[in-house]
Amino acid sequence: MILLQVIVGGLLIGAVYALFSSGLTLIWGMMNVINFAHGEFVMLGMYAAFWAFTLAGLGPAGFAPLAAVLLFILGVFVYLALVRHVMRGPMLAQILSTFGLLLLLRYSAFWAFTANFVTLPDDLVGGSINLGGILVSAPKLLAGVIAILLTAGMHLLLTRTAIGSQILAVAEDRQAAMLMGIKPDRMQALAWGLSGASAGIAGALIATFFPISPTVGESLTIIAFVTVTLGGFGSVPGAMIAGVLIGLIESLSAFYFGPIFQDVVVYGLFVVILWVRPHGLLGKA
Amino acid sequence: MPRKPIIGWLALAAVLIVFPLVFTGAYYEQLAAFVILSAISASAWNLVGGYAGQVSVGHAVFFGVGAYMPLLFYKLWEASPLLGFPAGIVVSVLIAIVIGVPTFRLSGHYFSMATIAVAELIRILVSDWDFLGGAIGLMGPATPRGWWDLVYRSSVPYYYIFLAVLAVLLYITHRMERSRFGYYLRAIRAGERAARSLGVPVSRYKLYALMLSAGFTSLAGSLYAVKFGFVDPGSALGILVSVQMVVMAALGGAGRLLGPLLGAVILVPLQTTTNTFFGGAGTGLAFILYGGIIMLLSRFEPGGLLELWERFQARREARTARGRALLGAGEDHAA
Repeated sequence: MILLQVIVGGLLIGAVYALFSSGLTLIWGMMNVINFAHGEFVMLGMYAAFWAFTLAGLGPAGFAPLAAVLLFILGVFVYLALVRHVMRGPMLAQILSTFGLLLLLRYSAFWAFTANFVTLPDDLVGGSINLGGILVSAPKLLAGVIAILLTAGMHLLLTRTAIGSQILAVAEDRQAAMLMGIKPDRMQALAWGLSGASAGIAGALIATFFPISPTVGESLTIIAFVTVTLGGFGSVPGAMIAGVLIGLIESLSAFYFGPIFQDVVVYGLFVVILWVRPHGLLGKA
Repeated sequence: MPRKPIIGWLALAAVLIVFPLVFTGAYYEQLAAFVILSAISASAWNLVGGYAGQVSVGHAVFFGVGAYMPLLFYKLWEASPLLGFPAGIVVSVLIAIVIGVPTFRLSGHYFSMATIAVAELIRILVSDWDFLGGAIGLMGPATPRGWWDLVYRSSVPYYYIFLAVLAVLLYITHRMERSRFGYYLRAIRAGERAARSLGVPVSRYKLYALMLSAGFTSLAGSLYAVKFGFVDPGSALGILVSVQMVVMAALGGAGRLLGPLLGAVILVPLQTTTNTFFGGAGTGLAFILYGGIIMLLSRFEPGGLLELWERFQARREARTARGRALLGAGEDHAA
């Protein structure tokens, strides 16, 4: 029964991984740029939730959209001020730009929020729910379900709406999209905004059941890399499957080997994936 | 480009050799030794990150392996730490192969991501492994049992050892620049697809560059360990170790022979000063500062200070040339 509980918990946290990883896969697939600071975006989403609750007394229904909006703005800003200018530059500039951003955000957070862990109160979402003998914590269940819905929403947005088609058109062929009257710059800024928003809202969801600290983004960035690689880059459904799978693997390894090893197993898995299946489960070789 | 490069080289060598004789005192000597050590690791990073254009953000893993191995040899067999140097290099090169073989077939992003993942993986494992001292780390011999322990009270002997290693590394790099290997790497950095179509074995040469880089980074780690006589996961495998190599090489000029040395000369004293003034908070401040520098460089000057200087020189020369031409035209007219 405990094992079943671990599995359900892993699947739910995996859904949240899928949510913020789909944001990373969007910008990676679209403009072949990776964001080393993606985990830091999630961290900022967590703090946004914490401060919205502490200062304004907002509940999850208030602070989750707020975190999404704030991180949307940050994403657009990062694109316009930084990424747009380095995208076509040398590889060194492309990679180092967001790596520098990671350092700046993580350690500014240390300075602003101190290294101490903070938490939202346990009873914010409230207790646990008994699903046929399996105890599931309510905030995790809520986070997992909302994350699945939002990731599916992201997929629908990309595949079923005019905006999504325009984003994908820019990803496919920038020149041709321009000839069709699409402004690539605007679409790419939008993609960065959506990517930031997915990280922000995922952070707000995680904050309801996980302690918040400036270093929390460290493992989340790498988890997002593993998820995107395993799912095949640019594929939101791939990120969905991979995210859930990684949440599951992480929970099981924490259960069997101890919590320290949950990251070790996931990082090791990354190297194995690169050797065995670098283009991911759903990716094309 | 100075007209007689050999004079510039001799002057640089003279300054570096004389420096600790002029600026005496433990503080300056330690600082100078640390500048040279940082220049070694940043120059080693430069081989793969600068010349081959494959950006590693986890080079701490090679530095850490190099730092742990000599002290592990001492702990296990009371052996000379020197014996650990080659062992560290071998293990580092093996790790380089594990990272490089799969990722160098893919786009450059995968390599960068894999370096940070492996570095974190090893750091977490080492922090939890009692065999390697866990979070506390390992100690070297406190008092020298012979010259082979490389234990000196003063920083000056270390300074000259580091300087000799740096000289060898820069000489190899210089030779590489003008060899087939160097041209291949430059072609790869300029455009992989074009390089491949010209018959450059792209993946293989990127791997060679990484192996060479990993070996020298490991050597830098070993030198660090014998100098300080102590390693722990934070100081040898922490993310700051990787960041320092990146920021020093990028600030001076990645893919340039003297770029990393220039970066180290600027940044190490700066970091030491912030640490003295702000204590523990200084480390956090260094991170914020380095993050900002890295971002600004990649946005405005990805070529670093040396390229900026060359552009400045070229513009000045163009201006004097134009002035001379104008003068000449004036004289013609008068005649």
